[in-house]
Amino acid sequence: METLLRLLQQDSTVSREDLARQLNLSVDEVGRRIAELEQNGVIRGYQAIVDRERFDKNTVTAFIEVRITPERGGGFDRIAERIAKFDQVVSCYLISGGYDLLVVVQGTSLREVASFVSEKLSTIESVISTATLFRLKTYKENGALLTAETAEDRLAVSP
Amino acid sequence: MNDKIAAHVRDIPRSGIRDFFEIVQSMHDVISLGIGEPDFVTPWHIREAALFSLEKGRTGYTSNLGLPKLREAIANYVARKFHVQYHAPSEVLVSVGVSEAIDIALRALLNPGDEVLYHEPCYVSYNPSVTLAHGKAVSVPVHEKDNFQLRADELEKRITPKSKILLLNFPTNPTGATMPRKALEPIAELCVKHDLIVLSDEIYAELTYDGAEHVSIATLPGMRERTVFLHGLSKGWAMTGFRIGYACAPAPLIEAMMKIHQYAILCAPTMTQDAAIEALDHGDAAVAHMREKYELRRNFIVSALNDMGLPCPLPRGAFYVFVDIRPTGLTSREFSLRLLEEHKVAVVPGTAFGKDGEGFVRCSYATSLEQIKIAMERMAGFVQHVSRRAA
Repeated sequence: METLLRLLQQDSTVSREDLARQLNLSVDEVGRRIAELEQNGVIRGYQAIVDRERFDKNTVTAFIEVRITPERGGGFDRIAERIAKFDQVVSCYLISGGYDLLVVVQGTSLREVASFVSEKLSTIESVISTATLFRLKTYKENGALLTAETAEDRLAVSP
Repeated sequence: MNDKIAAHVRDIPRSGIRDFFEIVQSMHDVISLGIGEPDFVTPWHIREAALFSLEKGRTGYTSNLGLPKLREAIANYVARKFHVQYHAPSEVLVSVGVSEAIDIALRALLNPGDEVLYHEPCYVSYNPSVTLAHGKAVSVPVHEKDNFQLRADELEKRITPKSKILLLNFPTNPTGATMPRKALEPIAELCVKHDLIVLSDEIYAELTYDGAEHVSIATLPGMRERTVFLHGLSKGWAMTGFRIGYACAPAPLIEAMMKIHQYAILCAPTMTQDAAIEALDHGDAAVAHMREKYELRRNFIVSALNDMGLPCPLPRGAFYVFVDIRPTGLTSREFSLRLLEEHKVAVVPGTAFGKDGEGFVRCSYATSLEQIKIAMERMAGFVQHVSRRAA
């Protein structure tokens, strides 16, 4: 299961036939295991890894550190889930350190992200403060290096 | 000028691999399953250690035996992984790849005419290295029906009063064979009985599959004192170009090997010795990651070969499948040449690894799964074509 999951994390487009050959399983068994991983919520979806800058130079990603007042009974969960529901929020994590939440926001312009922070995020009652860090360049995304190393020239046949 | 070349050098035939390499070089769009080195680039943390070494200006010679800290790391690693204890200051020598270590071990041990037993098909350098050290190379055939494991009875038949060394390489290039403890024990007993020194080239020790445990012959009773344990960073850590190998053996033998090494080589490169320390101390996860990749590719390639009518069992080590191509009715060389010329897939004819390799070709799966996949499709087409003609 572990290996299957790793393979899918590296490339979810790999065919079930290829997975079966690598894992020494039948195609049906691979299908059954993937279905199981999907049903019990281990696999939450399949996405492409995108280098946005190649597509649209104006895309803005911001990492927003948010301090919030935890609620009696609910802790950080209710407010974090509320923030996570905004479409602009790509990821939202509870973190240790000086801040409580790390919120990753994507927008089509600086202004759009700035207004999301000032109008939506900062105005939530239990939010004490925010610090917005804009992404300048991406070097690695979900395990994929975006500045690829050039393949070295190997000998075509060697002992 | 030819008459000036030493007779024992002149008489060494050209390597079958070199021959083939030149044909492949002249062609375009070839997918090569003929490569005997990892396709991975050395893990970054190891490369970074080499850079750091250069940054610090570590550009001088090291001790002839290698950096004390590296020898310490080697002794620790060998104890941790293979359960053999070596005294780092006197029983470990850092060489320029395992090939050099084999060469100097042979030269340190052989008097002219002494016999060296080795199992064949095998790595291309063993036979000529023995010849170059003025020894006599005696091959012991291994067979597919035994999973290419060395059999004690085949070995014993070829032992003479002149036999001095047994050269072992498990997991094996080119067959992917491994030797479990049960198979090694009778070999070890023969070595003790006939007082043979064992040069054990265990360069693929990290690359075993299906949970197979690698057993070094040095761990068997009476063997540590007669074994030269040879290993290096090239395969498991994907560091072929770093040229770091090592030998662990009783101190008098290391001392003798050092005499040759110091005059011929002086020492292995300093910055790659530094990188090797990082690899041995902190490389386990990276090695495990690559090992898993090889295992998955092995499963893929063997399954594809079985489907195309070239049945082969799962080899349990290294990154090679030694494929029985006799069902096609072609010789190793015909098969390899036609596969290359008609379908642009390079494999190495089994005969490059000794005459007993006839009827086989070596496919390396140290190449990306995408490439393996295309290669298998092309090869299936070829096999189907020639089998129909044969039938």
